[in-house]
Amino acid sequence: MEPITDFQARIDAGVKIEPLDAMPEAYRKTLVRQISQHAHSEIVGQLPEGNWIGRAPTLERKAILLAKVQDEAGHGLYLYAAAETLGVSRQEMIDDLLSGKAKYSSIFNYPTLTWADIGTIGWLVDGAAIMNQIPLCHCSYGPYARAMVRICKEESFHQRQGFDILIQLSRGTEAQKAMAQDALNRWWWPSLMMFGPPDEQSSHSAQSSAWKIKLISNDALRQKFVDQTVPQAEYLGLKVPDDKLAWNETRGHYDFGSIPWDEFNQVIRGHGPCNADRMRARRQAHEEGAWVREAGNAYAAKHQGQHAV
Amino acid sequence: MLFEVFIRSQHGVAHKHVGSLHAADAEMAMANARDIYTRRNEGTSIWVVPSEAITASVPGEKDALFAAATTKVYRHPGYFKVPPEVKNI
Amino acid sequence: MGDSDLILSQRLGAWCGHGPVLEEDLALANVALDLLGQARMWLSLYGEREGLNRTEDDLAFLRDAGEFRNLLLVEQPNGDYAFTMARQFYFDAWHKLALDQLALSGDASVAAIAAKAAKEVAYHLRRSRDWVVRLGDGTDESHRRMQAAIDALWPFTGEMFDEYFNNLQPAWQAEIEATLNLATLTVPHDTWMHRGGRQGIHTEKLGPLLAEMQFLQRAYPKAAW
Repeated sequence: MEPITDFQARIDAGVKIEPLDAMPEAYRKTLVRQISQHAHSEIVGQLPEGNWIGRAPTLERKAILLAKVQDEAGHGLYLYAAAETLGVSRQEMIDDLLSGKAKYSSIFNYPTLTWADIGTIGWLVDGAAIMNQIPLCHCSYGPYARAMVRICKEESFHQRQGFDILIQLSRGTEAQKAMAQDALNRWWWPSLMMFGPPDEQSSHSAQSSAWKIKLISNDALRQKFVDQTVPQAEYLGLKVPDDKLAWNETRGHYDFGSIPWDEFNQVIRGHGPCNADRMRARRQAHEEGAWVREAGNAYAAKHQGQHAV
Repeated sequence: MLFEVFIRSQHGVAHKHVGSLHAADAEMAMANARDIYTRRNEGTSIWVVPSEAITASVPGEKDALFAAATTKVYRHPGYFKVPPEVKNI
Repeated sequence: MGDSDLILSQRLGAWCGHGPVLEEDLALANVALDLLGQARMWLSLYGEREGLNRTEDDLAFLRDAGEFRNLLLVEQPNGDYAFTMARQFYFDAWHKLALDQLALSGDASVAAIAAKAAKEVAYHLRRSRDWVVRLGDGTDESHRRMQAAIDALWPFTGEMFDEYFNNLQPAWQAEIEATLNLATLTVPHDTWMHRGGRQGIHTEKLGPLLAEMQFLQRAYPKAAW
């Protein structure tokens, strides 16, 4: 059979694009941006949760949270590795993150104020991430698709552990129930904003769709998320902070209120509660780690060609 | 330095490429590979190879007609020589 | 054993998201998780044997500092990466020897926990040893920082060989000297040693650590999580 040479035809036929294949520059650039943004999100995402490792209320919860944050570091690594196959270096990507040039998911600019926030992040934020990630397992770029398969396998435990925390709280004391409701009140709208701007405002959509980089639209994913999550909130005995939320029998979906897009735009521009803190933490880690990285390189240079000590 | 990681799982027949990672030398790369790719005991045997050391064939329909051209495994920035006075790259 | 594992795990958990390179964030989280798992096994066993119905969580979250039996070494703060790796190396070298010895215990439960933990700790030791060598024999700056860390933490190492573990000192010393020589570092001279961990007499560092760790259980007594 003749190998398919036309780039779009290959994608349409479901053939994966691999690192050395010819590809339009726009395809390569879009992927670099998307994959590195995803990687940055995993890395920055360690901070709001890492904040509670030291204060987890039981040893089991501490272990589960440590494992989750560790997984997130791993996911960041898989994704940086996938992006590097497209000719960008880890260093360049990190520099872009720390300079503010590159973006990461807006959700991680919100603070984790109580233990219930940790449960809510697992339930809503990881829940939203999974919705985004499963379709990406079929994206056209081989290394990205394979990284996503790996990530999705590990991700399901993350959402379940978050929901489990909330089940426990919902069956607990009045103070614990109030803690859970308060967390939902603060994290609901930011979670819906994770799916990005409405379709009509999304500039990259059509081309990304044709190239199988973005497989389902923002609004479609957002609707699916609401439909799936509202019954879960009901199970927990929690009220979703949206007065317009109502099941629409005709549509077969939940209607929901308008998203505060002003807030979203402010947050992605750097004016969210934790943007400065997150960036400061990442810059500090990077700067204070410079002497460690240099030492590693210096040692390797001195001992080139020698075997294990 | 960039290393490619290959794992042969417990009941596997051959090493499979699972991804890449950064490390200053081979020993650290091995330790990192174990942490990143076998956290859940996914593999028994690990190979780490500097990406630079791998030679890859070039995809394309002309392979049969011409002597196979060979190249580096990715469009890797690691293959550009960085001047020694530049730090942290 | 359980308390040392728990306190050190608590210290290492603080590095999440702040390590010098992403691969290290992951590696440290791995060690923290291993140690936490071991702590839970030891504490559960202790709770069973004590016979006062205390669970691993009761022991971790409801004892005050005076009841903790961890080594003083592990409650020392993280400092810079050299400090963390020096603390880790001193501990891992002792820990491996201690576990190998406990794996021979006539007490089947103790032996079983120790044998399982020893496999994980062999790996921890390889990693911390590798870092001591690389930071010692890296750049002038890393050498300076690692030497400072080695010197500062030395006075916390004597306590490790009191009582039950005192036969392990020569083997530990040999490991330390071999590694520090390879790392081009100076082995510290014998000095006055801090003691008291096993009697519940701790340094000022343990209090704030426990205050943070135990906060939720103390603020919401009798709540289930």
